[in-house]
Amino acid sequence: MLTILLDGIAYGMLLFILAVGLCVTLGLMNFINLAHGAFAMAGGYLTITLMQQSGVPFLACLPAAFLFSAALGLLLERTLYRHLYDKTHLDQVLFSIGLVFMAMAMVDYAYGANQQIVNLPDYLTGRVSFLGASIGVYRLFVIVICGLLAAGLQIVLTCTRFGSRLRAAVDDGRVARGMGIDVTRIFAVTFAVGSGLAGLGGALGTGIISFDPTFPLKYMIYFLIVISVGGTTTITGPFLAAILLGVADVLGKYYVPAVGGFIIYTIMVLVLILRPQGLFSRGPAR
Amino acid sequence: MFRRQILKGMAGATASLALASIPAFVAPAFAQETVKVGLILPMTGPSASTGRQIEAGARLWMAQNGDTVAGKKIQLIIKDDTGAADQSKRLATELVINDKVAVIGGFGLTPLALSVGPVATQAKVPAVIMAAGTSTIVATSPYFVRTSFTLPQNTAPMAQWSAANNIKTVVTLVSDYGPGLDSEKAFKAEFEAKGGKVLETLRAPLMNPEFAAFLQKAKDLKPDALFLFVPSGQGASLMKQVGERELAKAGIKIIGTGDVTDDDQLNGMGDALIGMITSHNYSAAHESPENKSYVSAFLKANNNMRPNFMSVGGYDGMALIYKALEKTKGDTDGAKLLDAMKGASWTSPRGPMSIDATTRDITQNVYIREVKKVDGQLYNVEFATIPNVKGSN
Amino acid sequence: MTDQTHSTKPSPEAVAARAVLLGRARWGLPEIAFWAIAFGAFFFMPTKLSLLSEIAILGLLALSIDLVLGYAGIVTLGQGAFFGIGAYAAGLAAKYGAGAAPWSDPLLGLLIAGAAAGLIGLLTSFLVLRGSDLTRLMVTLGVALIVDELVNQMKWLTGGSDGLQGVLPAPVLGVWDFDLYGKTAYLYALGVLFVLFVIARAIVKSPFGLSLQAIKGNPLRARAIGMPVNGRLVAIYTLASVYAGIAGGLAAQTTQFASPDYVAFHRSADALLMLVFGGAGHLYGGLIGSIIFRAMQDYLGNITPQYWQFWLGLTLVALVLFVRGGILGLFAKMRDRVLRKGEPA
Repeated sequence: MLTILLDGIAYGMLLFILAVGLCVTLGLMNFINLAHGAFAMAGGYLTITLMQQSGVPFLACLPAAFLFSAALGLLLERTLYRHLYDKTHLDQVLFSIGLVFMAMAMVDYAYGANQQIVNLPDYLTGRVSFLGASIGVYRLFVIVICGLLAAGLQIVLTCTRFGSRLRAAVDDGRVARGMGIDVTRIFAVTFAVGSGLAGLGGALGTGIISFDPTFPLKYMIYFLIVISVGGTTTITGPFLAAILLGVADVLGKYYVPAVGGFIIYTIMVLVLILRPQGLFSRGPAR
Repeated sequence: MFRRQILKGMAGATASLALASIPAFVAPAFAQETVKVGLILPMTGPSASTGRQIEAGARLWMAQNGDTVAGKKIQLIIKDDTGAADQSKRLATELVINDKVAVIGGFGLTPLALSVGPVATQAKVPAVIMAAGTSTIVATSPYFVRTSFTLPQNTAPMAQWSAANNIKTVVTLVSDYGPGLDSEKAFKAEFEAKGGKVLETLRAPLMNPEFAAFLQKAKDLKPDALFLFVPSGQGASLMKQVGERELAKAGIKIIGTGDVTDDDQLNGMGDALIGMITSHNYSAAHESPENKSYVSAFLKANNNMRPNFMSVGGYDGMALIYKALEKTKGDTDGAKLLDAMKGASWTSPRGPMSIDATTRDITQNVYIREVKKVDGQLYNVEFATIPNVKGSN
Repeated sequence: MTDQTHSTKPSPEAVAARAVLLGRARWGLPEIAFWAIAFGAFFFMPTKLSLLSEIAILGLLALSIDLVLGYAGIVTLGQGAFFGIGAYAAGLAAKYGAGAAPWSDPLLGLLIAGAAAGLIGLLTSFLVLRGSDLTRLMVTLGVALIVDELVNQMKWLTGGSDGLQGVLPAPVLGVWDFDLYGKTAYLYALGVLFVLFVIARAIVKSPFGLSLQAIKGNPLRARAIGMPVNGRLVAIYTLASVYAGIAGGLAAQTTQFASPDYVAFHRSADALLMLVFGGAGHLYGGLIGSIIFRAMQDYLGNITPQYWQFWLGLTLVALVLFVRGGILGLFAKMRDRVLRKGEPA
């Protein structure tokens, strides 16, 4: 029981770290970026390339993936995305799906269509037991890293000067600009960090799931479920939602495999009927 | 009015667009000495690796055997159906009507093949199944012929081997779709007929990135062995999680069909797989001169991509088409080609194979293999052969 | 949008309003030309009829999304659910009707498809009455994913992931059989599309349609002037489900099978993309979008079966960056430029 619970938490944590960047762009910048998964894919493939071809140690790949995806995000934000902030949501959807198609074809061209995997270093494989449960070392590693990241993000957003500026820029960009806050730069940095987190999620994901060119589309639904159930106004919302979904998914498949496929979707529809702004959202949406 | 003006502009542009695109839509003139072969494959989407392997196999056959047979030039046309059945059907219709192909082939997944059946029947064009493995497909159209394998064909030997090698209880875990259920059924029937017991039949959703719950359940049931089946191209994530859960340490043997230890991905799956027993119709490590030259030519032509069982489906599919054309002396009449295909037999890289004259399904050897490290690379090393297993009855 | 301000602007006199309504309902030359070309394609593109039928069916699906999105402002990513329900309803009717009238009759099959999808649409319509764009998007997507999973699970009825085989509809109107060349299929699909289009056109130009646009523009204000907002939204959502169901029914009848693809996420997403690509809120957007989108996919797919997605993606990105309002927006922009050149400013 506890074993399966821990598996679910680890899976939820992974979903969170993959989706949190989308929460930042959607909730804070009100931009629907369906190409978010492409940044995660970039991080994942970078890790695969570095480990398989250059023999870079796994732990060094994680920050590399973050930086690579963040740089990619920054580049695209400066050249393309910033033209889209004042367009309609539908235009944003069309644009970002276009990017996804391009990213999928490019990865396919460079790596081929088959699933790519990495072999984790020995110290991250194996299992540990405690309290009668056993968990894979790597899943424990994911839980710890993602937990730290979630806490760190929350602190940055609520307790630092950058966080308060960002919230000001989001609440009313024009006034914030008038107060001397460099809104353009804050958005660019936020976007880059969001993309970087996706890249980091992708790199961490290589240890549990495998990567192929359809990754951005395959996981897009999961990202959207996490942020819509969690609400987009906080970091803790999607965090709790991701864990809830991960645990429900794993427990459901374990105890009632016949309806396993329905569980996540049913939870999402129920949550959205009862609380249209998400389970953990503060008050009504803007 | 604003609306009316939009429409005016729109209709004008549509007209010019439609006219401009006519030349592109008209099929090229049908040259007399050319025989066209149309392959409908998933070249994008989740099953893309299947399409790539088959295309590479088919092209390799043509590179090795020339593009002329019985005085006719063979032209290969590849179409991407993205893995959607309505696309397969439409592309099959267009290939038959517009390109006037003599043979269609490919079909990456069972529903894709099933949707094409009525087209083949109506147009009287032979359709060579080079991938899809559900046993019932071939019976749905008199023009279907198969050069891949069927799931029961590959699964039953695994059940026999398990029963004979001191495995008493098994949990099965398969992908929840046609071939997966086919495989589950064949294993359970054969294994229980031989006195074993299947404790639980687990089915994972087809598009399922997370297997933790299923694997943990299998581990908790403490069977002697866990039988696995997932489609080609999806074994990597399953095997990664199998390794992570340390089932082998818990005394559970990992067995399955060769789809899981797909040669295309096997080498990247890691040393955790060493010792896994599978049964299948093809391994890149098959010991024969035909296979040696096949593998080395394939690696050379495809940037070191290792050929898997899908690639031999494409390779042998082209071989069958060549043999049929030789026999009809270049006559492309569908019924004559089909007759020429029935009963054909030859030695393929996978070993001896033939097309059953009555069922039109494939008869071939099935091998029991163990994952081993050979020269630093993981291979499925064959150690037992079950000769001439029929594809369907 | 010019349209919207135009329609919600209260006319000073009822007579003038009536004149405006009548004027809007009149058919323009470009519209007639559009349909003439569509039917004419039967003669000048005989080799592409099955692609054309597919486009007509996708166009109908996109049209159904336009009804809810372009006219009522409800973002939906679940229209594929109704498409799939319609496909399986018509498919089952044709299959168990054993290729003969009455149950295998194609038109009856479409009625069954529309009714089944409409019923589910009515039942689920209350889910989309409130919430933000994202909420509605995800609720409709969630419903579609559940339907997808149901289709997969109910193997005894739907054939599971292998699809529903043996769908043999009787000849259309008892005369025209579905042929390999897709002649019957194209004229049949296009005929159904045309009839439904005419109905949709009449609906959106009626006072009911205008009230929907008012709700889209400002739901609070619409409610304040006494409009039954929820009732109107339920009505249009149900109508759109019926349309999507009929599109699905057409798909099952013309391809003679139904598979879980018809319910899958990508079906809803593609149709939405095509609509936005063409331009939402004009009825023609979905049709134009599906024509160009599928023609491009087919053309690029023939050149590069592996990498056509790249070029399609590039087109989408470029379209959004340089044009507003999809292909129809592009046409409007070109027309403006031509007009500005022609007339002294």
